[in-house]
Amino acid sequence: LIYCCRKPKTKRAKRFLEKREPKLNENTKNAMLIKGGNANLTVTEVLKDIYAVKKPFAVLYKRKNITRPFEDQTSLEFFSKKSDCSLFLFGSHNKKRPNNLVIGRMFDYHVLDMIELGVEKFVSLKDIKNSKCPEGTKPMLIFAGDVFDVNEEYRRLKSLLIDFFRGPTVPSIRLAGLEYVLHFTAVDGKIYMRSYKVLLKKSGCKIPRIELEEMGPSLDLVMRRTHLASDDLYKLSLKQPKGLKPKKKKNISHDVFGTTYGRIHMQKQDLSKLLTRKMKGLRKRPAKKSAEDGGTTPKKSKPD
Amino acid sequence: MAAVRVESVLAAAEEQEAEKRRSITVEKELELEYDLGNLLAVDRNPPPAAALRGAGPRREALLQALARDNTQLLVSRLWELPAERAGGAGGPLVAQLPEPTFRLPREKPPPKPRPPTRWEQFARLKGIRRKKKTSLVWDEQAKEWRRRWGYRRAGGDPSRAWLAEVPAGADPEEDQFARLRREKRERVARNELNRLRNLARAHRAGRAVPAAPLHPTGHQDRDELRRVAGVARVSTASLGRFQPRLPKEPAEPPSRSGGKKRRFEPLLGNLAAERSRQLELLRDMGSKKPVLDITRAVNKQLRQEEAEAAAANKGKKQSKRGKRGRRQQQPGRSGKKSGARRQQKPAGGGTGGR
Repeated sequence: LIYCCRKPKTKRAKRFLEKREPKLNENTKNAMLIKGGNANLTVTEVLKDIYAVKKPFAVLYKRKNITRPFEDQTSLEFFSKKSDCSLFLFGSHNKKRPNNLVIGRMFDYHVLDMIELGVEKFVSLKDIKNSKCPEGTKPMLIFAGDVFDVNEEYRRLKSLLIDFFRGPTVPSIRLAGLEYVLHFTAVDGKIYMRSYKVLLKKSGCKIPRIELEEMGPSLDLVMRRTHLASDDLYKLSLKQPKGLKPKKKKNISHDVFGTTYGRIHMQKQDLSKLLTRKMKGLRKRPAKKSAEDGGTTPKKSKPD
Repeated sequence: MAAVRVESVLAAAEEQEAEKRRSITVEKELELEYDLGNLLAVDRNPPPAAALRGAGPRREALLQALARDNTQLLVSRLWELPAERAGGAGGPLVAQLPEPTFRLPREKPPPKPRPPTRWEQFARLKGIRRKKKTSLVWDEQAKEWRRRWGYRRAGGDPSRAWLAEVPAGADPEEDQFARLRREKRERVARNELNRLRNLARAHRAGRAVPAAPLHPTGHQDRDELRRVAGVARVSTASLGRFQPRLPKEPAEPPSRSGGKKRRFEPLLGNLAAERSRQLELLRDMGSKKPVLDITRAVNKQLRQEEAEAAAANKGKKQSKRGKRGRRQQQPGRSGKKSGARRQQKPAGGGTGGR
């Protein structure tokens, strides 16, 4: 279907289009970080820090774009289509909404959810003079606070933040490389986002003791407006295709204790002909054989 | 003596173990929820709101302590996963992560399988399977392996062919090179047309296009022409009964209100069939035997009633009144409740339907 308008003339163009088409197992979501018409220094710094955290799965737009996400979503959708990004973070500032961040995600290049957050306090990466962890580390995400489960808007915000900061899905991870943790606490109508570098110290046993060192951007956020998708659209976006379900292996079952049972299907056996032990006396001998077919074709019953 | 010493040794060892474990144990009221595939932990314990409301540094310290505890729990879980040394004995310790369980929305809708093209349908019907072709072909002239098609193909460059044989039954005056060029152009155009048609079919199948988009003349496809011709035929005053047909058009059009029930026989058609039908009718009217088989009808009714009763009594207790009493009671059952429900329903339906 991607080839309906223009057939790609080079292999590179074909690969480019195939990367963007819908697939069973999707690519890692890219984020676009956009500055609004009147973005101030704080908001710009926030965007730059988040870009540093999310590299290489983020695009930071250098120029200011005069749009209002909550009124008109067409320009966001246009950007998303052009850069193949399904997450976005839009920063702006005005008197009514100072230090405004709109975090959102797309489904099929249309806006799915958008949540507006106000930044009350921001400590940047360069303000904290500590050693940083390498770029592209998969962060550990921790959400603290019962509000994240009780309130519907907070639940969507949690889902959005996980989607945003998750990074690529990997089958295995190097245990010594668990260096980065993002901790979100929801208390008193505020959300505290802190990033720490993880130091693994020796403890007596195999599991190391954790010490944390503050690093990286820390934000104090307040939830402002929201634009959440309707329930059925959200359910539609959650739908996974059938091909992704792991195929059930037939004839294998597990019980409560962890024992694996297998089933073997056999043909019907004649139990009277089952051989249990080697009985030498019952073995077929050549003399016996000639005596059996002696009745049909008598060749030489006795040596002459 | 020895027994006491052994016990004391064991107790001391256990205490040492506990001491070691103390550095990594964390006490929490509610257990955290883990999604190890996403390296995610969710803590449902309400954070100490009063303490966090305070001033800056104390709040930071508290947040850091909370984060340390939660991270310790998450890392303990991660360390318990089955791990192995990647790349031999000296390599890093790598743990196998399970599948992520937290459901996140997709980026794009899942791909729809495209419908098979005309050739694919034909091949499936005939049982034709794809022959795997080698990428290189032996070129006898150049005595080496060359590509099947493309740059430096086997068989030389077709644009530089200097000889074109005149085929057996062809006109000797005809320009063979021009003919070859024309045929290639036609082939390319036909392939392109078929490709676009297959795409359009796939696109239409995906979208379930409604049955009447009218394209301008020259851009209509076979099905649309047939449909439009049918509509034009029926748009006369006599609803198309006296319209002449083309030689190969089917005589009786498939009726749109189709099927068995609205099929009418023509008035002066099959005289023999009409005669036999009328005679059969007279026979049935005149015979003494009833047309309705009473026993069969009664059995059918009984079976139906039993099925209904079984369905109704699933989970419900048998009422004392018996079958007849129950049947009589059903329409007006529990009048108050149904009345109230009937009142509620329109209001709910009204606002819901809008």
